[in-house]
Amino acid sequence: MYDVEAVRRDFPVLSRSINGKPNTFLDSGASAQKPQQVIDRIMEIYTREYSNVHRGSYLLSEEITSEYEAARKKVQKFLNAESEREVVFTRNATESINLVASTWGRKFLTRIDEVLISEAEHHANLVPWQMLRDEIGFELKIFKINDDGSFNWDEYRRCLGGKTKLVAVTGMSNVLGTIFPLKEMIRAAHDVGAKVLVDACQYVVHQKTDVQDLDCDFLAFSGHKTYGPTGIGVLYGKAGILAAMPPYQFGGDMVDVVTYQTTTFDEPPARFEAGTPAIVQAIGLGKALDYMQNLGMENITAHENELVDYMHSRLSEVKGAHEVGTAPGKGGVFSIAVDGIHPQDLAFILDKEGVAVRVGHHCAAPLVRRMGYESLTRASFGLYTNHVDIDRFIEALLKAKTFFAAH
Amino acid sequence: MNIEELIENFEFLDGWEDKYRYIIDLGEKLPPLDVKFHTDEWKVRGCQSQVWLVPSKRPDGSLHFEGDSDAMIVKGLIAIVLMMYSDKSPAEIKAVAVDDIFAKLGLSEHLSPSRRNGLIAMTEKIRAYAGIL
Ligand SMILES: Cc1ncc(COP(=O)(O)O)c(C=O)c1O
Repeated sequence: MYDVEAVRRDFPVLSRSINGKPNTFLDSGASAQKPQQVIDRIMEIYTREYSNVHRGSYLLSEEITSEYEAARKKVQKFLNAESEREVVFTRNATESINLVASTWGRKFLTRIDEVLISEAEHHANLVPWQMLRDEIGFELKIFKINDDGSFNWDEYRRCLGGKTKLVAVTGMSNVLGTIFPLKEMIRAAHDVGAKVLVDACQYVVHQKTDVQDLDCDFLAFSGHKTYGPTGIGVLYGKAGILAAMPPYQFGGDMVDVVTYQTTTFDEPPARFEAGTPAIVQAIGLGKALDYMQNLGMENITAHENELVDYMHSRLSEVKGAHEVGTAPGKGGVFSIAVDGIHPQDLAFILDKEGVAVRVGHHCAAPLVRRMGYESLTRASFGLYTNHVDIDRFIEALLKAKTFFAAH
Repeated sequence: MNIEELIENFEFLDGWEDKYRYIIDLGEKLPPLDVKFHTDEWKVRGCQSQVWLVPSKRPDGSLHFEGDSDAMIVKGLIAIVLMMYSDKSPAEIKAVAVDDIFAKLGLSEHLSPSRRNGLIAMTEKIRAYAGIL
């Protein structure tokens, strides 16, 4: 049995009051809260264990280096990667995607190629490809999704072809909650000889991720959404592909032999981790992944799916509220529009009621526009979200409706 | 009504609900802005909602402003901003202590940059007009 109340007690910020109301935190899609276990681990490191990695000839440095590398191993296990050498630490998913664009993209893409992305991409998986297209001259193709936000096989297959060199897609939309059929999409892309990058920012938080089973070539996610610290992200890449990629930042920690005139570079992942890394954050991320796995990814998924059903039924009670993105099997992301109430006005009342949501285009402006809006109000779930959060959200929506209807 | 009267009226309002109902009322009483001004040219950038601000210069050198928004609370805040700045000379506009006034009204939360409701963007635009017109 998944004991969400016990889980909530691990997250101290949830017991803080907000504007005199209970903290109803429904913005985990933007960034998740941190459990005490992660906070304690970070405190411990700074209190007793801290020093730089990969360089010291003394105990502290030996210890912290093995902790840092153990964190890489934890990421490997979390993703079921074949080897920890396939795990590159970055600042966040955005940097992971930019790394692929700057190194793999610059080396392997030419002007006659095509890069395929979906209509549902976060700016982080759209703008880097636009910029690279402007530089190299390949065609950036965008496959359409259905109006309910669901994946459309015909559109995907229509856009996929012999010229497609890379498919870069989100695993789960941060606006619509849609979960793409990654495994089958990846197989179809490989059939035409394309590589696949998965923006798994939302995906990895909500279900078990197995990169070997998916067979993706790259996968990116951010530690701060997986209940870990900010400033740490992951790029998974198949070993053979990473090995063929040149470095893109230069300095310490990534070199092999350096003379005044020339330098040879280290193997991956070190090749892509120039300079002192986010040591404490990486170890904190390892702890956060332990935390999720101790709860069990299947249990987390089941808990969140049950909440999705509950939210659907409660939202249907609110007249004039429209859920944007209703793909079957969607994850815990609810973007809504309420007739006659501007999202900013709505968010104001929600905030006064202690309900934290995000308002705007959610860093996916073309997608929000494609769905017919300029701005949406988004409630997103985490593993600590409970029914009370949803009830408070619905009550606050009703309160906003009354408040603005009086005018 | 001028801003001093508004501050006095605000003192009689209890709690955020009454205060914001009042603000929304102020927005609704704002003279309507001709829709022909609902264009990018008059848009104030940096707002979550759409905000339009249209300046005009009076023969006596004072500046007149009209404004509008698609969000109700912001529209009310625009009404307050216009109360502070409209039909004043550039020198008077420069002397407006917006922080003090918003503090007295208990609305300082709207001046925090993270709110990005455009109040700051709006007052900056007004100041720019006062400097360049
Ligand atoms: C689907 C998706 N991709 C990419 C990102 C970017 O993540 P970060 O800002 O941590 O790099 C986000 C975060 O909002 C996201 O939800």
